[in-house]
Amino acid sequence: MPDQSPISSVNDFVVRFANVNGSGSASANELFARSILRHGVPVSPRNIFPSNIQGLPTWYEVRVTEDGHLGARGGVDLMVAMNPQTWDKDVASIEPGGYLFYDSTKPMPTSKFRADINVIGVPLTAITNSTYTDPRQRQLFKNIIYLGALCALLDLDPKLVEQLIGEQYKGKEKLLSSNVHALHLGRDWALQNLKCPIGLRVKKSDKVGERIFIEGNSAAALGAVYGGATVCAWYPITPSSSVAEAFTSHCKKLRHDPDTGKAKYAIVQGEDELASIGIVIGASWNGARAFTATSGPGISLMTEFIGLSYFAEIPAVIMNIQRAGPSTGMPTRTQQCDIIACAYASHGDTKHVLLFPEDPAEAFEFAAQSFDLADRLQTMIFLMLDLDIGMNHRLCRPLKWDDGRQYDRGKVMTAEMLDEPGRDFGRYLDVDGDGIPYRTYPGTHPTKGSFFTRGTSRDRYARYSEEGAVYADNMQRLVRKFETAQDMVPRPLQANAAKPTKYGVIYFGSTAPAMDEAIGLLESRGHQLDRMRIRAFPFHSSVASFIADHDFVYVVEQNRDAQLRQLIVNENGIDPVRLVPILHYDGTPITARFIANAIGDHQDHLKVTPLRKAVS
Amino acid sequence: MTYIAKPKFHHPGLPKNELGYTHRDYEGKISTLCAGCGHDSITASIIEACYELSIEPHRVAKISGIGCSSKTPDYFLGNSHGFNSVHGRMPSVLTGANLANRDLIYLGVSGDGDSASIGFGQFAHSIRRGVNMTYIVENNGVYGLTKGQFSATADRGSKSKKGVMNTDNAIDLVAIALQLGASFVARSFSGDKSQLVPLIAAAIRHKGASFIDVISPCIAFNNHAGSTKSFDYVREHNDAVNRLDVLTGRDPITVDYAPGTVQVVEQHDGTRLALRKIDADYDANDRLAAMTFLQKHAAKGQVVTGLLYVDPDSEDLHTHLDTVETPLNTLEATDLCPGTAALEKINASLR
Repeated sequence: MPDQSPISSVNDFVVRFANVNGSGSASANELFARSILRHGVPVSPRNIFPSNIQGLPTWYEVRVTEDGHLGARGGVDLMVAMNPQTWDKDVASIEPGGYLFYDSTKPMPTSKFRADINVIGVPLTAITNSTYTDPRQRQLFKNIIYLGALCALLDLDPKLVEQLIGEQYKGKEKLLSSNVHALHLGRDWALQNLKCPIGLRVKKSDKVGERIFIEGNSAAALGAVYGGATVCAWYPITPSSSVAEAFTSHCKKLRHDPDTGKAKYAIVQGEDELASIGIVIGASWNGARAFTATSGPGISLMTEFIGLSYFAEIPAVIMNIQRAGPSTGMPTRTQQCDIIACAYASHGDTKHVLLFPEDPAEAFEFAAQSFDLADRLQTMIFLMLDLDIGMNHRLCRPLKWDDGRQYDRGKVMTAEMLDEPGRDFGRYLDVDGDGIPYRTYPGTHPTKGSFFTRGTSRDRYARYSEEGAVYADNMQRLVRKFETAQDMVPRPLQANAAKPTKYGVIYFGSTAPAMDEAIGLLESRGHQLDRMRIRAFPFHSSVASFIADHDFVYVVEQNRDAQLRQLIVNENGIDPVRLVPILHYDGTPITARFIANAIGDHQDHLKVTPLRKAVS
Repeated sequence: MTYIAKPKFHHPGLPKNELGYTHRDYEGKISTLCAGCGHDSITASIIEACYELSIEPHRVAKISGIGCSSKTPDYFLGNSHGFNSVHGRMPSVLTGANLANRDLIYLGVSGDGDSASIGFGQFAHSIRRGVNMTYIVENNGVYGLTKGQFSATADRGSKSKKGVMNTDNAIDLVAIALQLGASFVARSFSGDKSQLVPLIAAAIRHKGASFIDVISPCIAFNNHAGSTKSFDYVREHNDAVNRLDVLTGRDPITVDYAPGTVQVVEQHDGTRLALRKIDADYDANDRLAAMTFLQKHAAKGQVVTGLLYVDPDSEDLHTHLDTVETPLNTLEATDLCPGTAALEKINASLR
């Protein structure tokens, strides 16, 4: 008997699967997460994987959360320890009173366990070996057998799991029945040999609603399809590769001409990131909507072209799925660490538009919107995701589209417009005072509207010039254009605390679910915070006023150097003392517990006991 | 000299092509290159080739990288859109432009620094993808704009203007282009316009990756004794394998060729290339033989010129990607956006 009473919780716990990568566990684990969703109970799963294909440790964490807290929680209530390499660490990570599920075929010395946890042994290898002869089958069905055992232990409805298996193997009867068989093999063994259920249970609920379960990369790629992207050039890099792969598969289904079968898109795997962004810029210059997806090292390589996009004013979209840097860093770990690198990418004076979606639904919307923004502003737009949003399935609101929506192709002069009497075309002429000039697509008119695009300085009519005044005039117009952008990009969202407060918090991107949950934790500690979720750079004027309205504001982000805070200080001339950095950067997704502790501790320190009172 | 306006008037009797354009309609701004630069002769050849083919100037997109050669697109086809991009990155920009609109003619202009050094990778990959383009390298063996450093096409043993010997091996872009599957490969000399003009015309009419390496002496930094890219050296060592006549339209071949001395190649668009053989054994349809021939002659210090290889059944990147005939840049939301009904189905599949 453990010296700690077993954790008892319905629809609110964390299960972590410790596996070896390449063992086929991923699909069984995902099946587990999906089957809980089918019970109407929200889950938030996360892959924790190495930069490797086979043989290294990988984890899959499922937070079961009836309250809908989709951020990572921290801690493990049930460890499914299937990887001997990480056994000690895995066992150590279980919460006191938690559960350890393991393959008990081979007896383990008692020193390998802990007294304060509940151990559940299932002889998985023995069961599989007595049922299957093919080694690959043994490996794959072992995963389904443990899933079956978990069904019994957590009181999952096997019919719902069967239904999911049925959907997955629709039309493949043999696979379907063998998977269902393996599921029951595990479930029956557990029911006969173990006390089921344990203290952790899943009970049917109705908290999922119409929400969908999708990875941010796939949603962003779908946003590119809906936003009218026709050219995608990319170079494989974790964690962004699945954007281009998803774009490919979405296009295969949605973008072929029904009559001819031909593709209404072109996807090129470039030889490197430089070529990829070059292709994007060439295509955009020529009037197609084009994008690339990459991660930090790719951004570093693309910076020369990013400067060209800024200076020559060529629309382009980069989806940056951020991972932990610098250098190769931790390629399979999450961070929000490219804020400064992207905001000011390239040599010389440059500034770029950044969008910060919080989840897949917003990634879809912002991805589609980024093409309108790129065309309208004739500049580079960065869609800033991170590994946590991009590569994990996330429960989010359904994707929405308005069929009446037209693409905003921005200021493009057509042949008819060029022929209008009195029309003056200057590629870099600010006709409307918003800093945005007109452009023409190549091939528009036999004698009018052509111009020479260059990264060198030029006058308003695109003629080469190294005149100081001409150069400065152009650079000032680019500043005006960036000011115009401020009111076009998604605005920050603000939510006030239940009671008036002098303190605020700013956060963005994948921090959102953890922040939402942390607000509750902080309230229970007696701390009230107004919050603002920044969704884009350049910052809307409400950011400065939000800061002005509070004594100080916490800025929560997932990097070491407080990059968003730096950007706010730099761009809005804010006194840095007013912005308190709350930084999480170990490569794991930020948790509500972390935020609540960091902010809570800081708030507690503010409650200074007056000196006179202390001595009296 | 871009600040000097080029006079617009011209002789009223200037000949016109089928579209009614004169040579002047294919010109650009005044060149700012050194007087006597080989590149200016290539510019003149491009103008001549486009005039002869009766191309609508605005239907050409001219794209370049950085360097003396990459400045030249400003000096021809003034009514075309041009893009002087980033050093060594013309091929990727051109590839993207081509994907966006398959209906334009893509003329990529690059130099030996641009294509054999910083952009060697992009050169290689655009060729192996079969991008439908005419890729011209204005090859002078030096970095002109930074005053005379060796480039990667400088021959081993050749001397710089300051007398320094080049000890690195040279990259032969023609040999590489052949190896990478370019479906049209030629080499020429800026000083031989009669050879160069038809080569450019044929390349423009070719479907797929056309590559022309044009030896173009740098009058300022690489035209001295000891250089293998000087006017004198190239004239002395030029070993042309054929002379080309480009025959467009349905005109019968009227030129009288001696039997067995002409190889006629019909291209995708019906253009016929009549190759008058100078080297009787040279077969411009044989990639492997061309590669061997080049290596053998290079070893003897000869500069092999002419149409070295052409594949009349070539394909291009759009063929490989199976893209729609309509240029992608003209597709509207109605063509591209799957709409709410499709999205509802997607949502349903994600529950």
